[in-house]
Amino acid sequence: MALLSVQDISVSIGVLSPLESVTFEIDKGEILGLVGESGSGKSLTAMCVMGLLPRIGGTITKGAIVFDGRDLTRLPELELRRLRGKRIALISQNPMTSLDPIIRIGAQIDQVSTLHLGLSAEAAKARSLELIAQLRIPEPAAIHRAYPHQLSGGMKQRIVIAMALAADPDLIVADEPTTALDVTIQAQIIQIMAELVRDRGLALMLITHDMGVVAQACDRVVVLYAGRVAEMNVIGEIFAAPKHPYTRELIRCIPRLGQEPGSLKGIPGVVPSIVDYPEGCRFNPRCSDAQALCRERKPALERKSTGLAACHFSEA
Amino acid sequence: MDPSDPQSDDLVTLTDLTREFSSGGGFMKPRRTMRAVNNVSLGVPRGKVTGVVGESGCGKSTLARLVLRLLEATEGTVVFDGKNLATQSQTEMRKLRRQMQMVFQDPYSAIDPRYTIRRALLEPFQVQGDSKSAAEAKLAAEELISMVGLNPRMMASFPHQLSGGQKQRVGIARALALRPSFLVLDEPTASLDVSIQAQIIDLLENLKEELGLTYLFISHDLSLVRYFCDRVVVMYLGRVMEILPGPGVLPRHHYAHALLDSNFEPDPTRRKVVTMLSGEIPSPFATIPGCAFAARCPAATDLCNRERPPLADLGDGHMIACHHPMD
Repeated sequence: MALLSVQDISVSIGVLSPLESVTFEIDKGEILGLVGESGSGKSLTAMCVMGLLPRIGGTITKGAIVFDGRDLTRLPELELRRLRGKRIALISQNPMTSLDPIIRIGAQIDQVSTLHLGLSAEAAKARSLELIAQLRIPEPAAIHRAYPHQLSGGMKQRIVIAMALAADPDLIVADEPTTALDVTIQAQIIQIMAELVRDRGLALMLITHDMGVVAQACDRVVVLYAGRVAEMNVIGEIFAAPKHPYTRELIRCIPRLGQEPGSLKGIPGVVPSIVDYPEGCRFNPRCSDAQALCRERKPALERKSTGLAACHFSEA
Repeated sequence: MDPSDPQSDDLVTLTDLTREFSSGGGFMKPRRTMRAVNNVSLGVPRGKVTGVVGESGCGKSTLARLVLRLLEATEGTVVFDGKNLATQSQTEMRKLRRQMQMVFQDPYSAIDPRYTIRRALLEPFQVQGDSKSAAEAKLAAEELISMVGLNPRMMASFPHQLSGGQKQRVGIARALALRPSFLVLDEPTASLDVSIQAQIIDLLENLKEELGLTYLFISHDLSLVRYFCDRVVVMYLGRVMEILPGPGVLPRHHYAHALLDSNFEPDPTRRKVVTMLSGEIPSPFATIPGCAFAARCPAATDLCNRERPPLADLGDGHMIACHHPMD
């Protein structure tokens, strides 16, 4: 049984339904990529898994989120609190939102292991120093004493990762962890995270809009479009034989080395607004393969030759 | 080649361009000065796309503003089509601005939220004192809006009713209103989704062909720059590290190489082990006598710390500022 299994969840916020029938699983030692453009529901999915949906006034109207045998949607807030930070950790896009600017870096990492693992102050500090060193930050002792503003963005994001690891979680949800960073720093952080997953047998849910990052790091991919799963497959198939036209087009939008000038075309049209989702398949107005059926009936997420896709016309 | 020669192949020529900013200063505290752009010499060839790529703080956006004289240079000159911008009077500069325009990164803040699209499109004419009859204005606005692939029905809309991609199209249309020959594109797609980014790049490619434009394209995205640009300028801490004469030319500067190495290809069969750069980008306030990249460079020697490498020509316009270029 998978460590985390998101089963057919739908979300409503007021009159809006930003997520519909989202399904996927993550196993230990696996990096699952959750990709899509803005408004596709990536971050909202992360909030569901973290049990933070009520904070923004949302509710899960259908489905279950089973983590290690327990349905998170039915757990009381107190139970969720015990899981959050301890067994499920979150890394957000902007490290500054996760760090308190007036508390030393060390104290912030220490408190995770004192709170969740019940370590003494000394033991917590030793653990923090070890974690800082593991993330290849030079001079861990100096960093332990520093304040967040004394560190660069890349360093801060590594500290946030150290905090996420401090309680030895089983699952890390990383929401665009490198989007705010420069490319050379991004490459390092992605590499470090991939190593951690391999070495510690963690499960990582990596939310990103960057297909380059997905290709580099993920084992399996869920492609979201306008609040629904368009496709889910292993990494090789996603790139070599995409089953959904949206996945195919999304990959074509990224310039490759040596690509002919003038051959880069976007996907026509715009991502539909949540108040104005089209009938049938939500991608149909932008899809070059769309036919009458696509405008009339919503395609179900079905098993194809490999993986799952929600398209009436994708080959087997 | 003489940069003041209007027949030169370069539409814009930058010579030893430097811009300093200073900050701080107060009781018992000296003012600190940083060189955002440090001694940059560069030609922007006519009808071509010149890309400037680098990480945050490398001075690429300052360079963009200096080229259009939206910022005054501390030292050095910008020659546009044979005219030295620094010596132009306000009136002359305003006339010259018809020929050189900018597309900004953030289309959300580039357009007045209270203006209709029609009014935003006609604003450049108004600024230039170009009075138009109602019929002429209607025609001009319609022509501009169709040029960037938007529906003329959007004319009465307000910016908040448009998507990010549509707003950036309006930004491009505004920049094109006065028929410029030169566009500075400062990360025009950085805030857009990839499917929209590709649309905008496609549009810019077509407009360049149709209107015979010259572009200076500022970006942090090396794969985009390598696709879109005829020449690639790699900057680091205000300095030019390397100029690649063509998109296929492999970089020989260690920094340019690291930048390329950090760029993940959208292809899972070509995963790579990233060689991690040690160290951090130095503070822009630090005065570095030698190569700006020396502190992080795997090949750095004493010489690199001591002496700044000049930008030397390797042949075919491939320029590099490195004492020990890669093979």
